Amino acid sequence: MTRFFAHANYDFIGLRKFAYGLTALIIIPGLIWILAAGVNYSIEFTGGTLVQITTLGERIIGAGELRSALDAGGLRGAEVQSFGTARDYVIRARLSAAVAGTQEEAQRTAQAVQNALTQRFGENAVRVERREVVSPKVGGELRQKAFIAILLSFLATLVYLAFRFEFRFGVAATIATAHDILTTLAFIKYMNLEVSLVVVAAILTVVGYSLNDTIIIFDRVRENLHKYKRDDLAGILNRSINETLPRSVLTHGTTIVTTMALLIFAGEVIRPFAWVMTFGIFTGTFSSIYIAGPILLAIEHRWPGKDARGVRRVVGAGAVAQQSAPKPAAPREPAVRP
Amino acid sequence: MLDSIRARLIVIGILIAISVFSLWPRNVTVRTRGADGRMRDTTERKIALKQGLDLQGGSHLGLELDQSRGKVADPADAIDRALKVIRTRIDEFGVAEPLVQKLGTSRIIVDLPGLKDPARARAIVQRSAFLQFEMTDKEDAFRAALPAMDRALTAAGVTERSIGQAVADTTRGAAAPVPAPASAVEQILGAPRDTGAAAAKGRDTTRAAARRDTTPQDTLGSLGQGPLSPLLFQGQMHGEFLVQEEKVTIVEAMLAHPEVQRLMPRGLIIRWGAEPVSRGARAYHPMYALVERPIITGEYLVDARAELDPITNQSVVNFTLSRRGGRIFERETGKHVGDNMAIVLDEMVQSQPPVIKSQISTRGQIELGSASLQDAQDLALVLKAGALPAPLQIVEERTVGPTLGKDSIHDATIAAAVGVLAVIFIMIAYYRLAGVLAVSALVLYVLFTLGGLAGLNATLTLPGVAGFVLSVGIAVDANVLIFERIREELALGKSVRLAIDAGYKMAMNAIVDSNVSTILTAAFLFQFGTGPVKGFAATLILGIIASMITAIYVTRTFYMIYLERRPGLQTLSI
Repeated sequence: MTRFFAHANYDFIGLRKFAYGLTALIIIPGLIWILAAGVNYSIEFTGGTLVQITTLGERIIGAGELRSALDAGGLRGAEVQSFGTARDYVIRARLSAAVAGTQEEAQRTAQAVQNALTQRFGENAVRVERREVVSPKVGGELRQKAFIAILLSFLATLVYLAFRFEFRFGVAATIATAHDILTTLAFIKYMNLEVSLVVVAAILTVVGYSLNDTIIIFDRVRENLHKYKRDDLAGILNRSINETLPRSVLTHGTTIVTTMALLIFAGEVIRPFAWVMTFGIFTGTFSSIYIAGPILLAIEHRWPGKDARGVRRVVGAGAVAQQSAPKPAAPREPAVRP
Repeated sequence: MLDSIRARLIVIGILIAISVFSLWPRNVTVRTRGADGRMRDTTERKIALKQGLDLQGGSHLGLELDQSRGKVADPADAIDRALKVIRTRIDEFGVAEPLVQKLGTSRIIVDLPGLKDPARARAIVQRSAFLQFEMTDKEDAFRAALPAMDRALTAAGVTERSIGQAVADTTRGAAAPVPAPASAVEQILGAPRDTGAAAAKGRDTTRAAARRDTTPQDTLGSLGQGPLSPLLFQGQMHGEFLVQEEKVTIVEAMLAHPEVQRLMPRGLIIRWGAEPVSRGARAYHPMYALVERPIITGEYLVDARAELDPITNQSVVNFTLSRRGGRIFERETGKHVGDNMAIVLDEMVQSQPPVIKSQISTRGQIELGSASLQDAQDLALVLKAGALPAPLQIVEERTVGPTLGKDSIHDATIAAAVGVLAVIFIMIAYYRLAGVLAVSALVLYVLFTLGGLAGLNATLTLPGVAGFVLSVGIAVDANVLIFERIREELALGKSVRLAIDAGYKMAMNAIVDSNVSTILTAAFLFQFGTGPVKGFAATLILGIIASMITAIYVTRTFYMIYLERRPGLQTLSI
């Protein structure tokens, strides 16, 4: 029988300070960058025009040449980006908010891109593979809908968890999920990925995946709370994480394998999705251990329930006491009993 | 009852049967337009798994009422009627399995899979196709009013130069509404705004041709003195005027002047011809003074066919009116024998208004001049389907070419194969016999998920395939949870049988809770997403449900069979 981490006994909770540092190192610069430079929305969300082309001729047409053809056609603001191979390009023209952009203009832009390329390179040199034309109004609607969807899925999972577990578990899981969204957004910024609908779908999937993972651990916590009545919460968290470790390694392993397959083989269109999912598995795993657990612990300290365990051992256990240092002892007192 | 092996096998058998049935290739009737322009119903045998537009190629259009040129009185009603018209047009257009539906209260979405000519489809969907027959101004009331109009324009200080300047200013003004650095979009805005896109195109080219002509030699005599009259030349019939191509915008601007509007004879309307004409070396645009009240409109039209006129070799559209329309037409044309009748399509006069030689009842013909037979076919199609109640604009378009779609399918298949094989390898290497059981369950999982997609008529999209590959990785999670539990129980010294029982029982909570939460997030994704993302959410939800069935129910059954065969089992390969 092969068994990884069969009798693991790592002090995950003890290492949480390092974990906080690590995650802050990812999130904070990313968020500052986003605040400074904005989110790189795809034209689905901003409105605008996207034309994906393949150059067909013997000669490879470079991005510079394409750009000059577009300039000649009067499309000076268009971005040209190579897409996977040397022959594939994506051309984007966004509708800036300053121009009272209408769909008509977007349509005309798309046509102008095609005309400019045909004029320069001839009728059969360029094939249009994909064309997206979105009016700013539709883009705005979509942005709003995506935001609402993320918010509602938060609420729904919170309610479900509150119903299945206790409210504090739900809160801890939701905060862990919020953490995942922040790290993923930072990752998207670092990778310079576009936030498109598919990327939003990936973020929501990461949310689902991470919750899934958190719940597996919380389920074990719930069970162990019954089983080991004398242990403190920190100990039970550590025990539960260690006990579920073999499962975590295997499941994350199989999932990573599939996202890697998507990343490598599934082509350029789906690649941003694969990137976000691959990163999401790491952050989801991380947050289940280092965010959800400690938050649960913090909630226990701040608002001890009637069976509060984190508090019971405060007198004896240094590790736990440290964490509640900023809090005065007053609210804990009634709960401290030998 | 569901617990005996036999009952379990029956349940699994039924699930397999349902999945196989819904995936079984079936006959589908596909309406397509043949090379000769006729509609043909063909029957194809195909797997009932719908591919999204991003996989098979095609166009997705979102349409809304265009209220920029005047408010629509009853938008809800207009959308409903537009929906019907577009549905008829698309059916006639001949795309296999199109989708036309209302989204919310104000939008119509049109999905055209496997489309080869997106530009044509856009034109067909957007075209108003409002047909009317109007008599020309045979009393020359407009011409009689011209001197008064000229005087009014002179009094208002309008000259050809001043209005030309104003026209140029407004165009420039529209080109740069903000002093921001010129974006791509602003560059495009320089293009003239015209009501009929097709007409604008035609006019532009001729306008350019006229500009190239450096000898301003008019072969026609102008109508008189003043700002307006010298720009107009009498045409071949009452109410027909010719305007030099480069003066068209100036004449339009003058006619739009409030003073001129005031002096316009009651009941008359000025319309432009659809195509320019040449006289000598110059290109002119015909302009018509018409009686605004049409003698009949396209609402009585029941049939329209495109044909090539065997004599002139020009394309024409022959139409048939309903009997009631025929009676009206007969009465009206009877009153106007010898007069010219203009055929007005989307506010443009088609060809030169013909003379009514005798009463016309139900049949008529529209000449299209230099237009191709395909243009004529498209016109016949939109005329037959009826006019749009209000102009529509495309607010969203996504078109994927067939090559990209094929590449996507190819790449996604490879990724799926690699991903699934890797998962199979890991499971068997780690769990041995138990892994084999899990992998067999995985085969059923794939079958159930695809069957579910087909059965629910869901669409398989590129993100959907990604979601499917991903869900294979996640699907084994339930098995992993169970197997790890069994190992823990075995480690505690329980017998094989008890350990398996406990493993399934204890892992249950975690599996259900975690999967329900994933389904919840996917459900919100399904609700808000568009096409491809909806496909992703659907695949994810179905995948999770299928994985719960296979990982819990199916593998359990496998174990029960295995244990029954080996009653005295002491060790478990897990």
